[in-house]
Amino acid sequence: MNGFAYLRPTGVQEAVDAYAAHPGAAYLAGGTNLVDLMKLGVARPTALIDVGRLPLDTIEERPDGSVRVGATVRNSDLAADPRVRDRWPALSQALLAGASGQLRNAATTGGNLLQRTRCPYFQDLGKPCNKRAPGSGCGAREGVHRDHAVLGHSEQCVATHPSDMAVALAALDAQVELYGPEGARKLPVTDFHRLPGEHPERDTWMRPGELITGVLLPATTAGVPSAYRKARDRASYAFALASVAVVLRVADGVVDQVAVAFGGLAHRPWRARHTELALLGAPAGPAAFEGAVALELAHAEPLRDNAFKVPLARNLALDVLGRLAPAPAGV
Amino acid sequence: MTSAHQPGHHSEVHLRVNGKPVTLDVDHRRVLLDLLREDLDLTGSKKGCDHGQCGACTVLVDGRRLNSCLLLAVTLDGSEVTTVEGLGGDGEEPHPLQRAFLDRDAFQCGYCTPGQLCSAVGMLAEAAAGHPSHVTDPAAPSGSPVALDRAEIRERLSGNLCRCGAYPRIVEAVEDVIE
Repeated sequence: MNGFAYLRPTGVQEAVDAYAAHPGAAYLAGGTNLVDLMKLGVARPTALIDVGRLPLDTIEERPDGSVRVGATVRNSDLAADPRVRDRWPALSQALLAGASGQLRNAATTGGNLLQRTRCPYFQDLGKPCNKRAPGSGCGAREGVHRDHAVLGHSEQCVATHPSDMAVALAALDAQVELYGPEGARKLPVTDFHRLPGEHPERDTWMRPGELITGVLLPATTAGVPSAYRKARDRASYAFALASVAVVLRVADGVVDQVAVAFGGLAHRPWRARHTELALLGAPAGPAAFEGAVALELAHAEPLRDNAFKVPLARNLALDVLGRLAPAPAGV
Repeated sequence: MTSAHQPGHHSEVHLRVNGKPVTLDVDHRRVLLDLLREDLDLTGSKKGCDHGQCGACTVLVDGRRLNSCLLLAVTLDGSEVTTVEGLGGDGEEPHPLQRAFLDRDAFQCGYCTPGQLCSAVGMLAEAAAGHPSHVTDPAAPSGSPVALDRAEIRERLSGNLCRCGAYPRIVEAVEDVIE
């Protein structure tokens, strides 16, 4: 690891100014991914701007029924927040399905969104990787790719986004609050991460120097039944092979509101828009669920060794949809 | 890592470690684990994977369990750190959980034990504060202390690997402290 300067700004503007003044700088919050990538030599910042103590560590209710989560709220605190558990349960469940107690105590809301893929080629300087070293090739496409993408991948990159939290946020229609040299703006979580395309080195649509200041949980999904389910190689403390977050409201037996997002399948949380369109207004039951989920997964393009993810994701989605749908009257 | 400090690449850091004030000039690359072991000779905290995957380096920072291998020391200025050496406080008596580990023989090689102990102490405080886990019933009331059955203990300690496989005794030792 090379040496680096260390700055601890006390406000958001000061942080953004410090980034602009230090070419090669990186923002540091919980550090659970960045410090590891620095040890591996994958990340080599010349300066760290420590935003972990900025006054962004609160969860605030807004008059319109939305909740703003500050960017430095720790994953464990967000998962335990009674308002989140009661109104957006898929978010709490997704957070608790990720990492370990120690890591959740360090990891922040903003940092979780910005964690890098755990693709082994990305993390190994001795291997080709277009995300780490553009133009060097993709070792995973014809190599070890059991954990990799089945949707939305490109010739250049088949990596998946590792976050559980982001999958729930995508289904819950959350927004990311950003502040940078050009001011403040918001992006829906569904439009925050990129597909790899020709530029897998870019994970998100953030502009240079922008900082995540918070995440907005909207009133439109508050209190709507939601849940998260994750399949992994061991019972705890492992990244998703596939996961799903579902938001489902049924009125008089008919789907009134629905959102489905998959994790572990793509370079970003994958909103299943085909599934949602097919379900909206349909009778809530196994037949409709099966048909609608199949519509989305028909777009999957598995690699040599990860076709198992397609039926796995299907089964997870059908299980969660079935659990969230109220039992038909008289049963 | 080299120990030679480059200009602008080191800072003075003030900590309290196991109740004692400590001031050090640290290279910005120094992680808390290396500071504890190499600068303060507190070798109880162990380096297993050095990548936040095994939990052997777990310590308490301001009462919360964290992986000390992923914490840059410079970021911790003003923090209170408790390592396995400090769990028992000032007295000669071990922490009740340390006593339970001895009584249950909750180890073989012992390498993961300091991390298991610090993690379990932090975990018990989290459950008492009402923090749910992956196996907590989502319908359980928010904010109330969570009762820790074996499934809860195993899930909450999943960030601490034991390659000897002493898990059953570790769970029993934690149960002893709860009862």
